[in-house]
Amino acid sequence: MERLEYEFAAGQSALGRTVSGVVSSGDLEVLLEPATAGRTKVSVQTSVDGYGATWKALLERVFGAGDLPAARIEINDNGATPGVVRMRIEQAYEQAANNGGTP
Amino acid sequence: MNIENLLKRDSFIERGARSRAQALLDPGTFRELAGPFARLHSPWLAMQHLVTQADDGVVVAKGKLAGLPTVVLAIEGAFQGGSMGEIGAAKIAGALELALRDNERGIPTQAAIVFETGGVRLQEANLGLAGIAEIQSAIVALRRHRPVIGISAGTVGCYGGMSIAAGLCSYFVMTREARLGLNGPQVIEQEAGVAEFDARQRALIWGLTGGEQRTATHLADACVDDDTAAVRASVIDFFARGVPAVHRSDRAADFLACLERVDTDRQATAQDVRELYAKGLE
Repeated sequence: MERLEYEFAAGQSALGRTVSGVVSSGDLEVLLEPATAGRTKVSVQTSVDGYGATWKALLERVFGAGDLPAARIEINDNGATPGVVRMRIEQAYEQAANNGGTP
Repeated sequence: MNIENLLKRDSFIERGARSRAQALLDPGTFRELAGPFARLHSPWLAMQHLVTQADDGVVVAKGKLAGLPTVVLAIEGAFQGGSMGEIGAAKIAGALELALRDNERGIPTQAAIVFETGGVRLQEANLGLAGIAEIQSAIVALRRHRPVIGISAGTVGCYGGMSIAAGLCSYFVMTREARLGLNGPQVIEQEAGVAEFDARQRALIWGLTGGEQRTATHLADACVDDDTAAVRASVIDFFARGVPAVHRSDRAADFLACLERVDTDRQATAQDVRELYAKGLE
């Protein structure tokens, strides 16, 4: 198990908080909460050690443009592939934008 | 269920715990307590270098069901096999105890538990077992006021100490995909040998411990299709029946008498078990 932290430039504050996914095999859980405009912090807890560079590359592709709403993001990962990680993050942003977030 | 209905149905099994709780409660009434943002991670899994989940795999949802105050406790079977650790078990037991307090104050809060669990979380050992014991005593205390309804939809099913909790529920609803048993097939095979129970034989496993069989042998009260509306309707129906005059667990002596008549010289078939229980319980 490894813990990783990243920070990216971001837009306005996210509208609500939400959770997507489950910590099941090959899946992950993404918790998204509004943060102060301008910065997004991502903290990752992953079951697979030694993939820091892959996480960095993937998260830079998602957040690198700096235009996503500012959020505090917690990722609890149980060996998801990069594609699944990206979809769960996008799902969380979509839920937060659509319903102001659940729960 | 034919193909057309199969495609139209809204599967309950495919939903996660949170979505199951939302689907059971009346639309717009779902409110999660001690949810993921309370960040009640298991402290014990992290010490063993295992990834934790922010709700420890248990969703506590308060809302209304057919207009009545209801708490739904849904276990997430995909996280650590739905195993009961210290936190998850405390969330369920605590919610049941609060529902009991409501009833003592004249608010008829009722509880439904969605069992998708292999039982105690081995990594948390005694703390998980203590939590399960608290859940069991809380069910027994609450069911004096309002029915406590258990649901197991699959595909994990309900095993271990939590199968005892299931046995204490006023009513138990299953799908044919769900299984209910004290020991899982692999545990039986490991402990008693493959001749006793072959854990690779799916027909044998579901034949003896699946939802259809458990309903036919009075260990569950309804076997419904894997359809969200059907599961919800069944739960509403059982709440409407009120507290049963005799709980299943009050009939332990009748069940034991059935077990004593089992011919252990050969592997019992599903039909043998049905006949045995039919004689002893009807």
